[in-house]
Amino acid sequence: MIQISNMCKIYEMGDNSIYALNNVSLHIAKHEFVAIVGQSGSGKSTLMNMLGCLDVPTTGNYILDGHEINKLNDNQLAEIRNNKIGFIFQGFNLLKKLSAVENVELPLIYQGIGRKERHRRSAEALELVGLGDRIYHTPNELSGGQQQRVAIARALVSNPPLILADEPTGNLDTKSGADIINTLHILHENGNTIVLITHDNHIAAQAKRIVKIQDGMIIEDKEAV
Amino acid sequence: MGFFQAFKMAMKSILGNKFRSFLTMLGVIIGVGSVITAVAFAQGSTKSITDSIQGLGSNLIQITITGRNSNRNITYKELQTFAEQNSNEISMVAPVVSSNMTLKVGSKSRSSTVIGTSGEYEYIKSRHVQTGRFVLSFDNDYMLKTAVIGTAVANDLFEGQDPIGQNMKINGQVFKVVGLLQEIASGQDTSDDDQVIIPVTVAQRLSRNGNIQNFSVQAFDATKVDKVMEILTTYLTKIYGNAEAFRVFNQAQVLSILNSTTDTLMIVLGGIAAISLVVGGIGIMNIMLVSVTERTREIGIRKAIGAKRKNIMVQFLIEAIMITGIGGVIGILLGLFCIRFIIGGFKITTPVYSPFWMTLSFGISLGVGIIFGMFPAYKAARLNPIDALRFE
Repeated sequence: MIQISNMCKIYEMGDNSIYALNNVSLHIAKHEFVAIVGQSGSGKSTLMNMLGCLDVPTTGNYILDGHEINKLNDNQLAEIRNNKIGFIFQGFNLLKKLSAVENVELPLIYQGIGRKERHRRSAEALELVGLGDRIYHTPNELSGGQQQRVAIARALVSNPPLILADEPTGNLDTKSGADIINTLHILHENGNTIVLITHDNHIAAQAKRIVKIQDGMIIEDKEAV
Repeated sequence: MGFFQAFKMAMKSILGNKFRSFLTMLGVIIGVGSVITAVAFAQGSTKSITDSIQGLGSNLIQITITGRNSNRNITYKELQTFAEQNSNEISMVAPVVSSNMTLKVGSKSRSSTVIGTSGEYEYIKSRHVQTGRFVLSFDNDYMLKTAVIGTAVANDLFEGQDPIGQNMKINGQVFKVVGLLQEIASGQDTSDDDQVIIPVTVAQRLSRNGNIQNFSVQAFDATKVDKVMEILTTYLTKIYGNAEAFRVFNQAQVLSILNSTTDTLMIVLGGIAAISLVVGGIGIMNIMLVSVTERTREIGIRKAIGAKRKNIMVQFLIEAIMITGIGGVIGILLGLFCIRFIIGGFKITTPVYSPFWMTLSFGISLGVGIIFGMFPAYKAARLNPIDALRFE
């Protein structure tokens, strides 16, 4: 599914080179539920950007679902993000002027899927995350937990092989956070590959495999207990 | 992503910011509206002049006497003799001595244009009487104080009574009204009906400067116009001693002068329109740049979930085009409103509705949207998704 080898991301700051990622190699198989844990500044956000095809590494290879990401241009990267990856962000990142169902439809719009089918699939996805009765509400009319569930519906509506969750519980209270983690478990049981990025060891413990990252290097890679 | 979807997104964004969108459109609205109104006015005025010139026929030649560098003046007698000598080419000659004079009937008086001419004027200028008769050659031969009056003069001085056979004073001299001219003016412009026509011989004596100021010569047919102009020029040069004392021109030349004037007017209008649309376009670019900055996060989200550069570009470009397109339509409606109720309402002139200019100005406003929307749209499309997502 994911094959990263010898990946480096170097930022030039004046005369210094800062290694946000230093020779990282990582393999994630299909249907895994992996947590990537690290303190802020550890390089986990950079890794997330790489995994999400939002950024390209300075050196090293990245193969996602058979595609060599290094060799793709801007448009092809957009297509990969559209078809292969579902994003769940800490700040939800919903469009405030659109209703829940319209937000969920967005990835399908860029896939060129027709209006009726878009609506049907989006309503189904919202149903799945337990918001079937709120599909016409705008983000402002929903609680934080509900907004994050709309974002999850958006991430899974195009049925991507990889779901990337970047601190999905960071802006939520404990109970809503637990709800979200539960939803991720359900997705995992349904056969999705999930990569969860967090700084919180308790959240990370929910995953089946925990990868610890520090100073741009992977320092630990173990099965969860 | 289809265009329909992009239109829907753009519409949503425009309606989401109604007042700002309207202010942005205002430049285009005013630009398009004023172009259409100005064109309707200019073309209307030109058309009425062109029509009246063309109504006179193509075998008419106008001679204007400036009298520069010469003390000599041509007389009506000389003109008549000249016409008779060239009767193979010239069918008619009508002299014009024109000035403003005071008309008086009883205690009522007014100032009007008094034209001294001959009977041929009636046919050359298509200026016919509705009752009575026109000035005839014997009026000139015997210097009879007869007058043919326009309807505006009749209505004012005779107040609905039949003016024929009545007396009126022109600059203190008593004239007998022998004819009433047909009404020709349209709308509020009555200057053509505010006229009195008297024999040219009488007019020359009556006015202080009794020289013939201009005269019209009608050639037998259009093919003889050039020949007649040549004869006239030779003859007049002999009389005045130089070629600068007069000007000879035919209808075709008048029309081409008029057309070049109209062209100049249109260029000026086009320039004003272009400036106002460019100003409007800068306004649109400004707002679109603000909009791109405001929506950086939205752009980031859209890119993260799979929007290509092209999608973002199209979204913002269509938004700009829609703003100018809607502005263009409103501008056309505003223009039509101004034509109907301002030009039409005050009867300034009969406006010409020009579908060509409406289409053109609408097309230009769309073009402004494309040109000035391009840069903001490009800027939006180039945003890096990571930076855009982090943007607060």
